[in-house]
Amino acid sequence: MTLNDLVKHTSEWLKGTGPNSEIVISSRIRLARNLEKYPFPHWANKKQTQEVLEKVQDASSKIDLLKKTMVLKLADLDTVDKQLLIERHLMSHEHATKSNNKGVIIDEEEVIAIMINEEDHLRIQVMRSGFDLFSAWDIINRIDDSLSEYLAFAYQSDWGYLTACPTNAGTGMRGSVMLHLPALVMTRQINKVLAAIAKLSFNTRGLYGEGTQAAGNFFQISNQVSMGHTEGEIIDDINGLIRQIVDQEKQSREILMQQNRQILEDRIWRAFGVLKNAFIISSQEVMELLSLVRLGVDLDIIKNIDRASINELFILTQPAHLQKMEGKKLSSQERDTRRAMIIKQTIKGKNEL
Amino acid sequence: MLCDLCNKNPATVHLTEIVDEQMTELHLCEECARAKSMEMEQQFGLADLLAGLGEFGKGVEDKEIIKTKCSNCNLTYEDFRKIGRLGCSQCYTAFKKYLAPLLKKIHGSNQHFGKLPVKASKMSKTNFELQDLRNQLQRAIQMEAFEEAAKLRDKIRDLEKKDQESDNKGASQDDIK
Repeated sequence: MTLNDLVKHTSEWLKGTGPNSEIVISSRIRLARNLEKYPFPHWANKKQTQEVLEKVQDASSKIDLLKKTMVLKLADLDTVDKQLLIERHLMSHEHATKSNNKGVIIDEEEVIAIMINEEDHLRIQVMRSGFDLFSAWDIINRIDDSLSEYLAFAYQSDWGYLTACPTNAGTGMRGSVMLHLPALVMTRQINKVLAAIAKLSFNTRGLYGEGTQAAGNFFQISNQVSMGHTEGEIIDDINGLIRQIVDQEKQSREILMQQNRQILEDRIWRAFGVLKNAFIISSQEVMELLSLVRLGVDLDIIKNIDRASINELFILTQPAHLQKMEGKKLSSQERDTRRAMIIKQTIKGKNEL
Repeated sequence: MLCDLCNKNPATVHLTEIVDEQMTELHLCEECARAKSMEMEQQFGLADLLAGLGEFGKGVEDKEIIKTKCSNCNLTYEDFRKIGRLGCSQCYTAFKKYLAPLLKKIHGSNQHFGKLPVKASKMSKTNFELQDLRNQLQRAIQMEAFEEAAKLRDKIRDLEKKDQESDNKGASQDDIK
């Protein structure tokens, strides 16, 4: 498996399956782990980061769950490749910046991704489609156990797993759930919801990038606190919160359907019309319009298009994906044209009512 | 819409900040957004949290804290204050005194509950379970769930007994060899 194969597949988190997949895009768990005594990546010299990289690679090669993986060194990747991995949520922006002795291990299904020498020596991530944190936990727990048989993880009984930033110490765990909340945005309830989430010490982020307002009505919600609760308790807390938000989004969708159906259908079909007919389209516009079309599919207003193809368009229309598919660098204008073409091809013919 | 900061480029990034329940919206161009996000990252560091702890109030103590150094990686507490990251796992021991209240401030607790590494060579499976049960026991006591605590205590005793027995067996087998 190589990086070029990735473009041909749909990422796990875009499958559009799993519990509550009409609202919950994906569930992800990450664990921060470090090797005893080795300085954390930001404080380590080249030799030390090199040793860590080798040790982690070596350990992962011995683990059954990580048999079908590719191991990438960031130094070998060009900017488009790095961007591609970020767009597919297989690594962070931060990981792409300085590339010395950084690595990433990715499994075939793109369920598992392990960043080596990011902020911590290891950042293990498991992603599932839909609302399914416990299944992600089940997998990541086994990977973590297996790795810990070969690697001496920094751990103290009172403070748990030790991490470069004390905000991650303890379980080293962050669970996050990506939600598509167009109805809460349309009914202007979203700010109330976000304010409530912040008070409960959870974080909200957009689809890509911290602190930005969610493009395409996507919101990622994760736990802030990682010490003082077991992993199971943290997951229970997130699940409880997500269930409430999902219910509120469902209610808002019902209200829209009951009270403003015509306006809603008009907006959805207009979005569809633009996507189907545009020759030039920016990624920002695509996000907004696709979000509406997805809502149309979820509410059965648009038939004959499956959720997975819409989900896929969200990612295939991102800059690095366009360039990877085209096999060359594209200017911003070229991308806008190419983007419009791909969307047309995907939704053409599938939609005739 | 133009960028709120430079007023030149079109705003493509929309930022909602919630501070003390006060919400502000910022509309930025890509360039300003990048600058702003770097600024936020630095701010976010731990400087604020640390300042909130009020541990640097007294001049004399201040110097002493700042000079404390981790013997494994040579990071000083002052470095940590600046960069918001520790140098290695040993720093947690070197700065234990100062980190304990900080962790409590961040997480609302500075006692880990949860899994632990299964280093096959160091820790048997029983030890792993024992540690888990001890965690649960501590938690039950904290929550004053004494019935639960009594049950856990019995479980721990049983397990400890079994563990000892198997240890003895292992030893006697070794003797035979």
